[in-house]
Amino acid sequence: MGYELIEKVKSFEVEIQELLETIYDRIEETESHLHSFVTTSKEEALAKAKVFDKNLKKGKNIGNLYGLPLANKDLICVKNFPTTCCSKILQGYHPPYNAYVIEQLLKEGAIHIGNTNMDEFAMGGSSENSCYGPTYNPWDLSRVAGGSSGGAGASTASGQTIFALGSDTGGSIRCPASYCGVVGLKPTYGRVSRYGLVAFANSLDQIGPITKCVYDSALLLEIISGKDPLDSTSVDKKVDKYTQELSNSIDKKVLGVPVEFFGEGINKEVKSIVRKAIDKLESLGAKIISISIPHLEYSVATYYLLCMSEASSNLARFDGLRYGYMTDNLSGDIYDVFSRTRSEGFGSEVRRRIFLGTYALSAGYYDMFYIKALKVRTLIKKDFMQAFKKCDSLVCPTMPTTAFKVGELINDPLQMYLADILTCPVNLVGIPALSIPCGFDNNNLPVGFQIIGDYFDERGILNIAYQLEQELNIFRKIADANKGGN
Amino acid sequence: MLIKEGIRLSSQEVKIMIGLEIHIQLTNLKTKLFCSCSNNYRGKDPNTYVCPICLGLPGSLPVINKLAINFATRLALSLDCNINHQFWFFRKNYFYADLPKGFQISQYPRAGGKAFADNGKITIRQNNHKKDIILNRIHLEEDPARLVHKGSIATSPYTLVDYNRSGVCLIEIVTEPVISSPEEAREFLKQLKSIVQYTGISNLELEGSVRVDANISIKGHERSEVKNINSFKEVERALKHEIIRQKNTLKRGKTLMQETRHWDEKRRVTISLRTKEFEADYRYFPEQDLVPIEIENDYIQKIKQELPEMPRERALRLSRDYLLSEFDSDNLVIDKDIADFYEEGVNSDPSFGSEEFKQYCNWLMNNISGWLNDNNKTIKETKLAPHHLVDIINYINKGKITTKIAKTFIDDMMEGHSITDIMKLKGKERISDKNIITTKCNEVIEENASIVDDYKKNTKAIEALIGKVMGKTKGQADPKITREIMTKRLNKLKK
Repeated sequence: MGYELIEKVKSFEVEIQELLETIYDRIEETESHLHSFVTTSKEEALAKAKVFDKNLKKGKNIGNLYGLPLANKDLICVKNFPTTCCSKILQGYHPPYNAYVIEQLLKEGAIHIGNTNMDEFAMGGSSENSCYGPTYNPWDLSRVAGGSSGGAGASTASGQTIFALGSDTGGSIRCPASYCGVVGLKPTYGRVSRYGLVAFANSLDQIGPITKCVYDSALLLEIISGKDPLDSTSVDKKVDKYTQELSNSIDKKVLGVPVEFFGEGINKEVKSIVRKAIDKLESLGAKIISISIPHLEYSVATYYLLCMSEASSNLARFDGLRYGYMTDNLSGDIYDVFSRTRSEGFGSEVRRRIFLGTYALSAGYYDMFYIKALKVRTLIKKDFMQAFKKCDSLVCPTMPTTAFKVGELINDPLQMYLADILTCPVNLVGIPALSIPCGFDNNNLPVGFQIIGDYFDERGILNIAYQLEQELNIFRKIADANKGGN
Repeated sequence: MLIKEGIRLSSQEVKIMIGLEIHIQLTNLKTKLFCSCSNNYRGKDPNTYVCPICLGLPGSLPVINKLAINFATRLALSLDCNINHQFWFFRKNYFYADLPKGFQISQYPRAGGKAFADNGKITIRQNNHKKDIILNRIHLEEDPARLVHKGSIATSPYTLVDYNRSGVCLIEIVTEPVISSPEEAREFLKQLKSIVQYTGISNLELEGSVRVDANISIKGHERSEVKNINSFKEVERALKHEIIRQKNTLKRGKTLMQETRHWDEKRRVTISLRTKEFEADYRYFPEQDLVPIEIENDYIQKIKQELPEMPRERALRLSRDYLLSEFDSDNLVIDKDIADFYEEGVNSDPSFGSEEFKQYCNWLMNNISGWLNDNNKTIKETKLAPHHLVDIINYINKGKITTKIAKTFIDDMMEGHSITDIMKLKGKERISDKNIITTKCNEVIEENASIVDDYKKNTKAIEALIGKVMGKTKGQADPKITREIMTKRLNKLKK
């Protein structure tokens, strides 16, 4: 656990350099099975570790993260480090600046060890849409790690890193956290600055931590939260001391179980393992009530209309003119070169979403699709606001199933989209949610437990998650990353 | 017979409808609309005034420049617009080399969007007849990058992109199609320019600070939109050309199509770019990287109180305080610097009365403005001081000089010479021998290589060189001839 390692580094029981070497050894040992990383920065990281060790011995302050390793998702900008969104179109792109979250974490002494694999531009739920090929699930290498932050989930679960960053537009942090058996938190929209996060759908995107345990999640969230003058949508609201409220009792909490989240299409085993965890919460004193989110069935359609519309505009800047990939064939006019560059540079899922999003925003369709989706978004929001009048947080499964086989859904985008049913409404509403492991199914695959909170109630959901984690006590398990074939 | 003639007359009298879209850069802002890069990009090395935001680099986000909202409020109030209290910026999506994000952040009055302010008007006067030019809206948007070509766009072997201009704040003023002639358009733009000058939001003298698109139609026929008119002066020309083209097309029995045309400033013609079916669909939708802008009544009131006296009110006051005709006072206030000059001048001599007020106005609006027009200068670019005109009027009124002689003093006055100096000078031998002045000019050019270098970048450096010639001749060289010769010599060197 990160917080335990911090204590060991503080007391000189472990040297940072030693820790980083262990991490890179683990990466070397497992990476050929997992493929969680797209770029590593071993030399720079070890050099930094050495400096940190020296400074620490001199009694200097090196920040509250004490040189612990951080795996960054390949769409969060790190200055002068390749940041490609796992897309051919950003090959060779080195951002000239650090994202806000990177800046904050480095200031607190985290060491960037590399960038993790993901679905191209975060579009997908399996990390199979990466131009570098898929990431494999460390619990069963024949299965997907989830997505889009699959590399972050797999690396954290398998001991390749201590901390990881993900981004969540419709479930991209919580899905891999669920499939890989780690803790993934999507904060309230506006809690964490998006400055330096390459946009997929800017009204939905949010950066969050992926960690082995709830304490580490709370620790990272304290550091990356807050108002950033460079992100107008970041909110100027006091950041709670999340780590200090984890051990609070939950016996006064009222937890809502949304009936629709246990409906058709949700795997029976997943349901029963989640229900057992809910029973545990009840045994800890929480009051469990039934809740309804009537418009849940429209959330996937609404989510995809909006995220595709936004993506079609957000990804327009990749035309090859200033950075990244440009076609070799420069014949024709500028529009020919743009089209060729984009056809060659984007993968098929990204192109599909740009086409559909462009269509939804077009004259004559705008009211029917985009405006309609905004209206439904408001209805879904109202459902959740009604629910939070009756309870403190909602508890439910994160994903309808456990991790599926690599290649199983790649040619069935609609099925892949439907897997977002339990996560994407949270992004539409803008509220926080996290996923923690609550057990394993018959295939020994982790099952994710989702806790959804009201706006800016990260401390509430972290508190519940911590209590459940301690009660279940399965979080110390590290995935072997050698089972199953690939 | 009478009825037939009537029909013939009315069929010849076509009704013209013109609507203008005027884009004005808010050049008096210090920074761009959505980032902290300097707004003052003119004359700077290409692509040096840029950052991740105005380059649209992945991950960067816009942040609104609050002063731009202040400036837009000033203009909206000065144009009698209704300011919208809450609005989103919208994205206008299209691909082009000058657009680093693939969309322009703008405002849109449809699809759930709102302009910065709606309605508004400017009152113009033509042939003693007043008319309100009604505005549709004004809104804020970001300027695209500047494309640089070798020669004309059509024949240039390359296109270079300079992102220094990318993200500079533009305000767009859209009129209703109520302008009925190119002359009315000219008068409207003159008044608009004046109001912009008074609000202090922009210096429209700067190159590229204004761009105009014009919608032109003959009543009962399809309209065309003429784009790319790059100065107020060009608008009248472009409109005249386009109206003739439309009339001629109809005369030849053809029909007009709704189309977009390009004003070719060099050839002075409009060229068809595209017809209606090829119009771009900009897929406007809200820019959610920015939060909705809220403009409170208190904020508007505060800015209203800070606004300086506007030309309309000033004209009323001037005609009342200085007993000027409506015509005189209206003309006097158009250029704020001229009006300031006038007030400073006439107030500096307590003996001035209605005669002198009128005299001073005539001198300023006829002799001085004429000289400024001929020399393409603004009054601030000369060394003429308000008291110079007071002196000259006093000399004339006391019979020391005739008006005719006084007029010969104008060139010297513009160089900053006082009337007594000029009188002394005129008494002496005046050097107007071109050979002597040429020799002196050559000497000055040789001795001042660095100023000559400066001139290549900024033609205003000529003033320093003329000053040196004056020094060498103890002020006796004829300023007009000196300027002519110096300009010639320098331009030769430039080549």
